[in-house]
Amino acid sequence: MTRRAGFTSFIGQRWAVLFLVLELLLFSSTAGGFFALNGVQIVLFYSTTLALLATAETFVIVTGGIDLSVGFVMGFASVVSAKLSGGLVDAGLTPATALVLAILITLAIGLLPGLVNGLLVARLKVPPFLATFAVQGITYGISLLLTQGSAAVDVPNLANVIGNGYIIYLVPGKGISFFAPPPGQSGALLVDVLPTMVVVTVLFVAMAAFILKRTRFGQHTYAIGGNIDAAVRAGINTNRHLVMIYVISSFLATLSGIIYMLEYVTGKSDAGSSFMLDSVVAVVIGGASLFGGTGTVWRSILGVMILSVLEMGLKMLGVQTFDKYIAVGVILIFAVLIDQFFPELIHKED
Amino acid sequence: MGYLLEVKNITKRFGGLVAVNNVSLGVNTGEVVGLLGDNGAGKSTLIKVISGVYPADEGSILFQGKEVHISSPMDALAMGIETIYQDLALAENLNTPSNIFLGREKMKKVLGFLSVLDHEYMQQESRKILEKLDILIPSLRNRIRALSGGQRQAVAISRSIYWDAKFLIMDEPTAALGVAEQKKVIDTINRLKSHGIGIVVISHQMHDVFQVADRLVIMRRGEKVAERVTRETNADEVVSLIVGAETVAQRGP
Repeated sequence: MTRRAGFTSFIGQRWAVLFLVLELLLFSSTAGGFFALNGVQIVLFYSTTLALLATAETFVIVTGGIDLSVGFVMGFASVVSAKLSGGLVDAGLTPATALVLAILITLAIGLLPGLVNGLLVARLKVPPFLATFAVQGITYGISLLLTQGSAAVDVPNLANVIGNGYIIYLVPGKGISFFAPPPGQSGALLVDVLPTMVVVTVLFVAMAAFILKRTRFGQHTYAIGGNIDAAVRAGINTNRHLVMIYVISSFLATLSGIIYMLEYVTGKSDAGSSFMLDSVVAVVIGGASLFGGTGTVWRSILGVMILSVLEMGLKMLGVQTFDKYIAVGVILIFAVLIDQFFPELIHKED
Repeated sequence: MGYLLEVKNITKRFGGLVAVNNVSLGVNTGEVVGLLGDNGAGKSTLIKVISGVYPADEGSILFQGKEVHISSPMDALAMGIETIYQDLALAENLNTPSNIFLGREKMKKVLGFLSVLDHEYMQQESRKILEKLDILIPSLRNRIRALSGGQRQAVAISRSIYWDAKFLIMDEPTAALGVAEQKKVIDTINRLKSHGIGIVVISHQMHDVFQVADRLVIMRRGEKVAERVTRETNADEVVSLIVGAETVAQRGP
């Protein structure tokens, strides 16, 4: 390999990392406080919902499909969990029981859109683009019906405590406590470390990454994306596998919606409307091909970080968020062009 | 000893069309049978019946002397009947060991309960089988996409042999390969013969078939029209059998 090819290959494989570093350098030098603990935690906190959606999208895109419903399944889950928890409290349950029940029921209901997507795609051979587009519309419509077009805000305040809580609270020089701030302490002296929702998200993302990278299920997911006929001939039950992929996607989107409900103490039909694009963009920035067969969860998370840092950085600089959409579009085109012109650089070995 | 694989009086219809009409053939261990015929002669349908893609309407299949029922490709695979398809059935985004072990991955336990892919084992085993068949793949970590057509074919063959195939069906094994690579595939087929594998080769490349096949079976319009020992025939005769003697006669001098 010539030196020049080596250099191009290096850039081809790592441009996303370099881009994130550039972003961080730019914003930390222009937007004050960006690198403080608080700034980092805000970016991570903001990223939780998108990170779960991008993880969901990674599974689907690796098989060569696409799931356009994740954003609205997320909104649907936020509405269902908000409505349920409020309703259960009204029915006389304690807030804690109501929330736990509401979350469990929502997780179960949240499997349905994925099941429909999966059956349409795998059994009835509907193109993923159309199947998930239809399901997106249906879930959005149901969410709107449930909320009568407005937001579901009747959520017990415990949601706020969990959703905006931290794992560790430090009072410098005095002590440390877990999950809840020490009584009587608040304000500037209290240092919050590790937002609970960030930790929950990291756990699920890590689990998903493990499944895709290290297990037989993950290997078959790549095989289906690479050559579905080969997968069939190797004895893999591709129909069942694809159904499971869309169910996993829907499950993660539902989880994302529940986390949204806990963080914002609200259920909103369009909570994830901008994430339909962002989740796909994050996966593509991560180097996955929309033709299937490539992509990893952690690289998609890199894509999520690029988008989140961009959005937060622009906010901190006081730039209008409209500009974010333009930037995201440009980054997407850039990522796809790199994939098209240098596939051999990115995908030579696994 | 009887045939390794024998099909008797196989008939396969698609609606009113008789794709394969009452065809019988047998293959011994360590023998290569060339299956020849024009497009639409029924070769592909016949091998798809053997490999479990289509159920036969009539007739029976005997494998290792016993009558078997092959109702799916998985049945065929489980018996040791493997098909090397024209489009190779490899996942191009995965590397050689992943393809050899596709669907039958070797797992290992970590932390006592998590079952994860044992890449190291799969890589070692892949290296062994490639060496046994004298096949050279530049780097096992390379995705299949980075390999040449001949190398891909070799991976597909290694895969079937690793999983103890006793009978191979090869559909156009030398099509779309360069001359040097065609020769390598033929070498590989000859090596498989010496390992006692029974092989059916479908090919349009008359030259290649004559190089590897011990016997030739010629089909036309769904029927078996002739069977020849390769040494006792020649390309001219075979071509006239493929296109039909009448046709040759009509065109004659």
